[in-house]
Amino acid sequence: MSELTLTVMRLGFLAVLWLFVIVAVQVIRSDLFGTKMTQRAATTGRRGGNPNTARQPSAASAPQQRQQAPAQSRQRRGAPTHLVITQGSLAGTTVALQGQTITLGRAHDSTIVLDDDYASSRHARIYPDQNAGAWVVEDTGSTNGTFLDNARLTSPTPLQPGSAIRIGRTVIELRK
Amino acid sequence: MTALESPAVVIAPKGAPIRRNTELSLLVFAALVPVLAYAETGLSMDGRLPAGMLWYGLGLGGFALLAHLSVRRCAPHADPLMLPIAALLNGLGLVFIWRLDKARELHPNYPAAQNQLLWSGLGIALFVAVMALLKDHRRLQRYTYLSGFAALVLLALPAFFPARAGDFGARIWLHLGSFSIQPGEFVKILLPVFFSGFLMVKRDALALASRRVLGLYLPRGRDLGPIVVVWALSVLILVFETDLGTSVLFFGIFVVMLYVATQRTSWVLFGALMAGLGFWAVTRAEGHVRGRIDEWLHPLAAARGAGVGQIGQALFALGAGGAFGTGLGQGHSWLIGFAAKSDFILGTIGEETGVAGVIAVLLLYGLLAERGLRTALAARDPFGKLLAVGLAAAFALQVFIVAGGVTGTIPLTGMTLPFVAQGGSSVITNWALVAVLLKISDLARRPAPGESLQPGTTP
Repeated sequence: MSELTLTVMRLGFLAVLWLFVIVAVQVIRSDLFGTKMTQRAATTGRRGGNPNTARQPSAASAPQQRQQAPAQSRQRRGAPTHLVITQGSLAGTTVALQGQTITLGRAHDSTIVLDDDYASSRHARIYPDQNAGAWVVEDTGSTNGTFLDNARLTSPTPLQPGSAIRIGRTVIELRK
Repeated sequence: MTALESPAVVIAPKGAPIRRNTELSLLVFAALVPVLAYAETGLSMDGRLPAGMLWYGLGLGGFALLAHLSVRRCAPHADPLMLPIAALLNGLGLVFIWRLDKARELHPNYPAAQNQLLWSGLGIALFVAVMALLKDHRRLQRYTYLSGFAALVLLALPAFFPARAGDFGARIWLHLGSFSIQPGEFVKILLPVFFSGFLMVKRDALALASRRVLGLYLPRGRDLGPIVVVWALSVLILVFETDLGTSVLFFGIFVVMLYVATQRTSWVLFGALMAGLGFWAVTRAEGHVRGRIDEWLHPLAAARGAGVGQIGQALFALGAGGAFGTGLGQGHSWLIGFAAKSDFILGTIGEETGVAGVIAVLLLYGLLAERGLRTALAARDPFGKLLAVGLAAAFALQVFIVAGGVTGTIPLTGMTLPFVAQGGSSVITNWALVAVLLKISDLARRPAPGESLQPGTTP
């Protein structure tokens, strides 16, 4: 056997061995992106946030949800996909954006139930605005106000990904 | 709070698809890599493709396919990665053993590759049997104390049999006619079963009933009982069978599982302290163990005019390998001499594939252990969680003990590199271990009742 053949085989074997390792890591790539939480009662199996706070849609709106799912997958790249609570007692909770309005407040029927002394029952809402083509945050008459990047909201304002909404001690961000 | 009215929550891996086809394609890949290694070894040593290449390849592939079919049938939701990695490691081990069989300079040298292939077949048979017979890993919980007792019997058995010349200091073999088994190997599965059953019941007492002294949670005296018993037993094994490896493995699994069950760092500190103490005492008393320590501290000291010892040779082998190795079949690792195919096989791997190959192999072990821990995270029942942690820890500790010994990181102890090293009992046990882990992961990844798999998630 010529020296060259042996060298090629030697390096080739190592390459194949490493290829296997890399392929194996690719297979478990999903591990890196964490777990999802599903509710047993849920029929749609949609990706929900923290079930303690994120309310399931009522049964009547379930078919509507299903129709929206493909619409979301056709969404253009770079559109924000979820809300993340970065500070406060709910820190770490994420809520997927699926085209529905998200209400925030202490009221039990809010999408995100805020457990925050400074929040009102119906504090704010976040909804998609078809005209602006963006998610819009609106203060719904709260006592202590909703702050977007440290400025108090006075009118519905389009959200930029990464900008922080503060309600009392809770900070919420729109993420891609 | 709204928590009171929210329905039950299930945490599942994202999507948790079935992924049996992923496993199959990885398995094909895993069967081809050893065949390539086999061909390369044959070409470099004899200048032609090895005659038995087709049969070894087909044999290995056939075993792997059998295992895959049993997983498909009995554990359809199981983890896709464990079986291919185990198959690849087993195949690579066969090639390296075959390569050392051909080293004429190695004395004593008995052909071992065929036996190893046979043992691998038996291992796969046991794998299939576990797959088919163990419907639910929680059944093992019924045998908590029985498996603890069986483990003790198996550990103690070799001490009651006459030792043979050529047992190399450690009394861990049982000789039955012409072949011998190491009953201690099977303990690697029995002990985690016992510990997880035991800790399931006792963990609250161990975790909560404790006094805080100097920032550490000190357990109550009566809760200390089990850990002391286990510690004493592992020291006894060390003294009567002079088997360091099993002793460390035994105690290591216990401390890991205790930590996972109670979340108390003080247990780990306690365990390390006690292990160190016991180890120190035994080294003072036992000549065999002291010899191992000396060899570890002075690996390059020439022993009785015969050149450097085995660890020294292994270190030279690793050094000769360099970054990319000398190429399969072109090393001089027979210089390691005795146990080159079993405890020291990592030396051969290091010499012929270099640091690139050794790291790849260690990564494969790491991935397998990671899958085990991942299974523990995903498991829904506490017994399954603890069992998966225990089995993964048993596997990882084996690799650490032997790889650490060969590379001179820790004193060398008799322990086989799982799947790779020659040793029938070890191969069989590790296949069974992987089977139990796959069973746990099958249950863990199975979608909750009522929740249907989303279409499009199965590749």
